[in-house]
This record gives sequence, C-alpha cells and structure tokens, in this order.
Amino acid sequence: MASKRTSVLAIAAILIALLAFSFIRSGSLGNFGITVLSGLFQGMLLFLVASGLSIVFGLMDVLNLAQGSFFMLGAYVAYDVQHPGGVVDLTAAVPDPNLRFVLAVIVTVLVGAALGAVLERGLLRRLYIRPVFQLVLTFGVSLVMLELVKAIWTTTPFSWTETFGVRENFFTLFDQRFSTYRLFVVGIGLLLIVGIALLLNRTRIGIIIRAGVEDSEMVQALGINVRVVFTLVFTLGCAIAALGGAVAAPFLGASTTLASTFLLQAIAVVVLGGLGSYEGTAVGSLMVGLSIAVAQDAAIGTSLSMLPSITPMLLLVLVLLIRPSGLFGEAR
Amino acid sequence: MSDHLLEVDSIQTFIGQFHILEGVSVGVPQGSITVLLGRNGAGKTTTLRSIMGMTPPASGSIRFDGVLLNGKTPFAIAQMGIGYVPEHRAIFKALSVLENLKIAERKNGDLARKGDFIYELFPDLKRLSHLSGGQLSGGQQQMLAVARALVPDNRLLLIDEPSEGLAPVIIEQLMAAIRRLAAQTTVLLVEQNFRVASRLADRFVIIDEGKSVASGAMDDLKTDSGLIQRYLGVA
Repeated sequence: MASKRTSVLAIAAILIALLAFSFIRSGSLGNFGITVLSGLFQGMLLFLVASGLSIVFGLMDVLNLAQGSFFMLGAYVAYDVQHPGGVVDLTAAVPDPNLRFVLAVIVTVLVGAALGAVLERGLLRRLYIRPVFQLVLTFGVSLVMLELVKAIWTTTPFSWTETFGVRENFFTLFDQRFSTYRLFVVGIGLLLIVGIALLLNRTRIGIIIRAGVEDSEMVQALGINVRVVFTLVFTLGCAIAALGGAVAAPFLGASTTLASTFLLQAIAVVVLGGLGSYEGTAVGSLMVGLSIAVAQDAAIGTSLSMLPSITPMLLLVLVLLIRPSGLFGEAR
Repeated sequence: MSDHLLEVDSIQTFIGQFHILEGVSVGVPQGSITVLLGRNGAGKTTTLRSIMGMTPPASGSIRFDGVLLNGKTPFAIAQMGIGYVPEHRAIFKALSVLENLKIAERKNGDLARKGDFIYELFPDLKRLSHLSGGQLSGGQQQMLAVARALVPDNRLLLIDEPSEGLAPVIIEQLMAAIRRLAAQTTVLLVEQNFRVASRLADRFVIIDEGKSVASGAMDDLKTDSGLIQRYLGVA
C-alpha cells in the first residue's frame, strides 16, 4: 500500500512539475493547450505501441523488439492504401478520401494482426523455453521488416499529402487553433485504454490474461490452453501497434525511423510503468508523451535540439530512482 | 490394480540435467486419500508435477482411469478431471477471490453449481470474495487454492503440502475440509507433517531419493516405527 502511495505521489509530482513548467514557459492558455494536446497525442501513440509490448511481456515473458516495426509498417500500409500510385491503388475504386482512410486503417490492422499471428505461431512458439533466443528472433524480425519496407517503398520518407476531413479541421480555443486530428487520435487512444481495461477486468479472457501474467503454468494446470491465449494476445498487440502507425501517418508521415524511435520510447514506458502492468503502461505513456511535448516546446529557440529524444530516458531514470520496480510494478 | 484411478508406473523424470525421479510407482485407489511421504527433496512435488505433465517423465507410464497421460499437455490432463493444488499456495494474487474461483470453471455455471459446497467448506471465502488474493492471510490463501480445485468436476485432486507454514488451528480446519471433500473425490496428497498425514490418509507411498520405496495401508505404517524412523526421520 505504501509503495502504491509513493507511485501516486510520484506521478502527481512529475505531472504537476511538467504542466507548471509548460504553463509558465508558454505564457498563455492557448500555447499551454497546444503543448498539452501535443503531449496527449504523442502519449496515445506511445500507448498503442507500449500496451502490446507490456501485456505480451507480462504474459509470455517475450520482449517483442519488433513491436516498433509493426508501428512503422502500419504507417506505410496506411499511406500506401490512402495515396495513389502505391502497391495497392484504391483511388479509383474508392474516390472518397474519408472512406479510403477508414479502409486504410482497417487494412493496416488486418495486416498487423495477420503478421503477428504468423510470427507467434510460426516462429516464437518454438522458442518459449529459450527466452534469449526469442529476443534475438524478434530483433531479427524487426530487421527483416525494415529491409522489406525499404524494398517495397524505398528509403525516402513519405509525407502525407492526401487531404481528408478530420485531418484538415481545426477548432479554436483560448485564441489558439487546435488540430482536430490530434484530438481524434487522443480519442481513439482513450477508447482503447478503456476498451482494453474492460477486456482485462470484465471478461473471462481478461481474467485468464491477468492470471497468466502472474503464473501461466498454473493457468494451464486449471485446464486452460494458454497457448491459444498467447497467440490471441500477441496478435492483438501487433494489430494495435499497426493501428498506431496508421493513425500517426497522416501527421508524422511514413519513415523507417518510426520503428526504432517508437520502440525505444515504448520500452521506456513499459519499464517506467512497471513490467507487465497495464495501468502502469497507460499512465507511463501519458507521462512520457507529455514530457516529450514539454521538452519539444522548451527546446525551441535553444541549442538543446536533442532534449525531446532523451527526455523519455531522463524520466525513466527519475522514476526508477524513486521506485526501482517502476510505477505499478512488482519486484520480479 | 484395476481399481486404481491413478496408476503411476516406474516413472523417471529429469529437470534440466538433474535426474530427479529414478523410478517412482504410485497406485491411487478410487475414493481413497493416498499420501506421498518422504524427506525434503525426495521427489514428492516432482511426482505430482509429472502427473500434471508440467515436468513430463522421460520413461515409465502414468494412467488415469486407464488412459495414458504421457505426452499430454497440462491443460489436457487437467481437463480429464484432475485438479492440482500446488505448494506455496499458488493462487493468483492480483485476481479477486471470486475471480480466482471463476477462472477454474470448465463449464459455464460450474461455480454456481458448486458454490454452496465450497462456501460451506470455507465460509471465509464468501465473506472475502471481493478482496484480492494477495490481501488474504496464508491460511485463507491455502483454502482458496483448495477451493479453486473444487470448482470443476474433478475426479482426482493432487494437493501439495497443504499444511506448510500454517497455524495448527488452520491446519485442523483444512484437514476437516479435505476429509469432507474426499467423500466425493479421490485425493493424492503430499504432506511433510506425519501427524497430519497419518490422521488424514488411508494409503501411503514413501519416496526416498527419487524412488518409491514402500507403500501400503496407513494403519500398517503407523505401527511400523522402523520404516518411519528410516525414511521419515520421526519417532
């Protein structure tokens, strides 16, 4: 109980410090709002990568180093489906860009899920008794995915050019223009945070996942085929990461650097939140997202351009000094 | 031998490179409470884990109701009607008491059907149903671990060291519960505490250094002080 109180106090202190710094620096409610929305946007994207990483690690003891690659692949697939002249050109068949974006997201999620299932059933399953080999395997898969992406879409990054409804809209608050698309992504992230929490807490499969995070051998001994649950969770994790890439692409475009950037930040989130803890991942994502946005804002006009990229690691060090097992983690 | 619900025949089990079981045979008659006795590290827990398929035997055979268990996965073995209560009260601490029971359902409504019997055996669990497993005392966790194995229709219960680390009054409560549930289910028990074992079981098997060295009726063992002294180190 005392350790939980330390975590809550640490979270509150860090959030208040970040927001206070941002508020004082921005000088107006409008600018402050922009930083907060940007932080929430980045936090939600991180959550989409980190949630799968965290649940898969907790349940299966597999640190999937290809998780960031699914995010990258998601961005490329969504870009490809949306824009003319790609591998799949749907501009003639589906001329409405809004509808095409919905289709792009659906195709991306399906591609991520299918590849995730193949990876788990075809490769990972053989290596459950060899954890180090799994690490090497998922790292190898990330390299293969990177090379495949380069082979299909070249190494030149894509900037999103197709316009569609929600991406182009803005709303005004405190005399400042805010991107509706960022709000839309924050909404999707919140829906998923709540949806996954409901799945984990209110359904039988959720109870099995939470029990499996503690002791998957005992779950088996109760007569439950835990391997099927492994496949399902791994597939879901990959599909959600791909979804993250798809909804990020209209803002961030598609580039090969997305994989390593988001993987590193997601690992920071998972360790900071506490290995295998879902609530830790959700809170950690928002904290890291906000800290990056505040750092980006602080770095403007200074020579500290590297500040946003090292901020997640600085935050991680700070949290681990306060709680070595992460915000919501149990000592393992 | 055909009246044995469980028949373990000369199993040899390795854990990594260690040869833990070097020939263990255990017959568990239908409707009995059979206890595995032996010193620490003799191989009692590994015997139960081998039956469950968690540390599968390299040779020998395990039959449950005549069906060979060798090569089956733990979940398939459990689904045949074998409940396992591991040592150290391996309940799920992050789950509530109710969730710990619900997860053990194999058919919809198992808990609704068995709830009255379970809560009659362990009344505390009903009162504490919304607490998390980690908030229970050691005795309550042990009761939950046994209760969890009672939710589905198990025909055989494997219970590993139920009295370990518990206060005498809690042990008495657990023994009474095990005796009551044995009226419906066959039990194979591992128990270090000979006083508890001798009052509970009607059959025994002694395991020493990975081999089964003696077996028979508990009433015979109680009067064989030589055997007790030699393998169990109690007078």
